[in-house]
Amino acid sequence: MTTLSIEKAAATRPDVVAETKPHVSVRETLSQTMTLAWRATKKMRRNPEQLFDVVIQPLLFTAMFAYIFGGAISGDVESYLPLMIPGILAQTVLTACVATGVQLREDMDKGVFDRFKSLPIARIAPLAGPMMADLIRYTIATVLTFAVGVAIGYRPGGGFLGVVAAGLLLILCGWSMAWIFTWVGTIGRSATGVQGISLMIMFPLTFLSNAFVPSDTMPGWLEAFVKVNPVSQVVSAARDLANNGDVTMHVVYALIGCAVVIGIFAPLAVRSFRKRM
Amino acid sequence: MTTDTISPQHAAARRVTDIAVRTEGLVKAFGDNRAVDGIDLVVPTGQIFGVLGPNGAGKTTMLRMLATLLRIDSGYAEIFGVDVARSPHVVRQLVGVTGQYASVDENLTAIENLWMFGRLQGLSSTRARKTADVLLGQFGLEEAANRPISQFSGGMRRRLDLAASLITRPPLIFLDEPTTGLDPRTRGQMWDTIRDLVSDGCTVLLTTQYLDEADQLADRIAVIDRGQKVAEGTSDELKSSVGNSTLQLDLLDPANLSVASDVVRRLLQEEPVLTPESGRINVPLNQADQAADVLIALRTAEVSVASVSVRKPSLDEVFMALTGHGTDSTDDQTEQNDEVAR
Repeated sequence: MTTLSIEKAAATRPDVVAETKPHVSVRETLSQTMTLAWRATKKMRRNPEQLFDVVIQPLLFTAMFAYIFGGAISGDVESYLPLMIPGILAQTVLTACVATGVQLREDMDKGVFDRFKSLPIARIAPLAGPMMADLIRYTIATVLTFAVGVAIGYRPGGGFLGVVAAGLLLILCGWSMAWIFTWVGTIGRSATGVQGISLMIMFPLTFLSNAFVPSDTMPGWLEAFVKVNPVSQVVSAARDLANNGDVTMHVVYALIGCAVVIGIFAPLAVRSFRKRM
Repeated sequence: MTTDTISPQHAAARRVTDIAVRTEGLVKAFGDNRAVDGIDLVVPTGQIFGVLGPNGAGKTTMLRMLATLLRIDSGYAEIFGVDVARSPHVVRQLVGVTGQYASVDENLTAIENLWMFGRLQGLSSTRARKTADVLLGQFGLEEAANRPISQFSGGMRRRLDLAASLITRPPLIFLDEPTTGLDPRTRGQMWDTIRDLVSDGCTVLLTTQYLDEADQLADRIAVIDRGQKVAEGTSDELKSSVGNSTLQLDLLDPANLSVASDVVRRLLQEEPVLTPESGRINVPLNQADQAADVLIALRTAEVSVASVSVRKPSLDEVFMALTGHGTDSTDDQTEQNDEVAR
């Protein structure tokens, strides 16, 4: 059909190719991630309803759980608060993580994601960018939960520094756990599907832990699971930090747990995101 | 066949590089449906190459494979000699993609979109901002720079989308149905923009379902149907492949259609295409003066003719001849050409 010889093309490879780079560097990856985080914060600012869950849930659930379970579990509301506040904090942050995955799924259906994929950028950037921005959501949730707790009578023994340390730990854990839901986001077919699967992961993780009830009140087989649940470690670590100001082994275990979760789910998420195209 | 219509700037670009896109036996299957079924393509640099086909022919799927957005199931594709399947990251640096649906962020303003895409491709914040300003000016979007995309018209979105593909001045641009859904004026503007790209040294691979668009813009056209390439050539080559010209007759009385078509068939040894509602007959001619023979024969058969025209075949007819079915397009722009009598 055409008179152009293909052999000639192979012999004289055009200059345009010489100007390209073979890989994305770590610095470029970070810069791309931050640019996409910037995009996500703009999106949050323009759709403030995305922040409803992290604002309403701490206000509502903290008070509700305290008054409903307080008497039954600890005798009265005030002595339940040191047990419950770190627990409800973990639950709130985990719920916020679920939204991370669901929103990613929604975003991936939009045309702009096609462009992200067609650009020479690191494949992890479109996933990690929104997750960096979601640190804001976890921070809002953490601050509000502590504030509500203090308002209804929580007096953390760890003092301000203990509370800040517990808060930071939970935000970090939230970011780590978000990789699980980001992965679910990349494999799910629809946003509702992702939401359903994520809640099925989220509820056992929070309720089959020591977040709301001391684990020694549970049957032996359940107690065994509760003890290895990373959420339990996180909750225990947060309690030690906020209530006593102690950096215990629970903190170490919680951090190891986070690292393991990232180590498993970040590569899975990037792989399935890459595969989708 | 040769590519004989090369303008000076095309020739200049051809000297530096030679082939922008080459595919061999490209296949993409979705389940049992082979959306792209063994397409061979060679796109020389510095040209507008049109991929023409009806909805669902596999044009977009093919483009998405070349743009690394879809995995290539089988076959081979290279962009400027770079293997698409093996070096997607390099290919992404060489290609600007403008999709069928605006691939810009609805949540951001026009300038924020361009700034973000610039930053993502390694421009500094100031450079990205400057490039965004220049592009907005070039595409007549300065006034809309700070408006959210949700308030943009279809044409504005397309232009912004194209601007976003040009931030790093890639040597190859993919345009997936760039004017689908645009009004005629905006469409003309888009055509001008595409021509400007090529005069700047770009290669453009565009898909379209509009025959007149391929006719107007493309240096070469590949006709795709049901995932396969059914023809390739310049617009003129494709047209002459179905005969040198077409005779079109409008009968005064549509009831005479069968008599008239018998006369035409007997005289020209060709099967005429009939439009019974309007009493219209289209038939390919090898030589334009055969038209006179037909008119004399019709006079003898006492069939009155309302109007007669001899013209080059439209791409519509080309498409019909190549695929055995028409397109969704009802454009009939070449109708007024070379009228003999009315």
